[in-house]
Amino acid sequence: MKLVKFFIVGIVFGIVLTKAEAVSWYRIYEMFMFQSFHMYGIISTAIFVGVCGIIIIKKKEIQGFKGAEIKIQDKDFSYSRYIIGGTMFGLGWGLVGCCPGPIFILIGNGVLSILVVLIGALLGTYIYGILKNKLPH
Amino acid sequence: MEVIQGTWHWAISGFLIGLIMLVLTYFGKTFGMSSNLRNICSMTFAKKKIEYFDFDWKEQKWNISIALGAIVGGFIASYFLMDHTRVLQINPKTIASLQQLNIDVPNGKLGPDVLFSLENVFTLKGFFVLLFGGFLIGFGTPYAGGCTSGHAISGLSNLQIPSLIAVIGFFLGGLISAHFLIPLIFGS
Repeated sequence: MKLVKFFIVGIVFGIVLTKAEAVSWYRIYEMFMFQSFHMYGIISTAIFVGVCGIIIIKKKEIQGFKGAEIKIQDKDFSYSRYIIGGTMFGLGWGLVGCCPGPIFILIGNGVLSILVVLIGALLGTYIYGILKNKLPH
Repeated sequence: MEVIQGTWHWAISGFLIGLIMLVLTYFGKTFGMSSNLRNICSMTFAKKKIEYFDFDWKEQKWNISIALGAIVGGFIASYFLMDHTRVLQINPKTIASLQQLNIDVPNGKLGPDVLFSLENVFTLKGFFVLLFGGFLIGFGTPYAGGCTSGHAISGLSNLQIPSLIAVIGFFLGGLISAHFLIPLIFGS
């Protein structure tokens, strides 16, 4: 039963991203062509809400749901992995117009060809797993 | 109903996405969808062969539940909450540049047929463009340690410099794709 609440969060996530059209290739293309504020508005509003929320959680020392431990971790510092990995992801994002969340959401939308993208993504993660220790991080 | 059936305003959408991230934080988890690619790999033969996949994916059941929920959410939104004649009102300039590249315009679809139609998937070029795009996403996100949800939303909300570097990378890659790769692949 613990998983039900996450399943519901997932449903809301899928509905919001579809209705926001953040799962649309056209919206991503429009964003990277700097021809619309829509995607920038979504991302910056989400970050603004997130920053405010995290500050409140930290300041008020809010306890997690049913005693869950709230983990707000700092990320390890580096340049290479974030720039190289980030740029690779960005190339894929700009090309097929979806990030990992939308890949799942688009299956539900009935865009069957997204399964090829999913297979490609699993292949990419698999190859990364093999090469991980040989790559600069 | 009309408000729901059209495109949701960016402020409402962004607010809800921020809220989803905070709800997960409150549940003691960290918002990050790309981890699910690793989780799926570790459910296969990869777990025994490769150290990176050798972890107990059952600990990640919560995240897999989100991904499954996201599929259902996509279905609900697309089949019950969408008037396909009133969505994707994109910039006329974008329409013009798409037409120049012989890419079909939205007309209620989420993605162009030249990329996502089933006929296209069964061509060599069509198949490999989608596979290659997916490969870059799948290789790039674990390398960078996160995607749009993990870095741009969760990471930046916690004011993480590494996430800012990653997001700069995301945009660098995306700009190269939109301005050079797509014209190269689709332009005549």
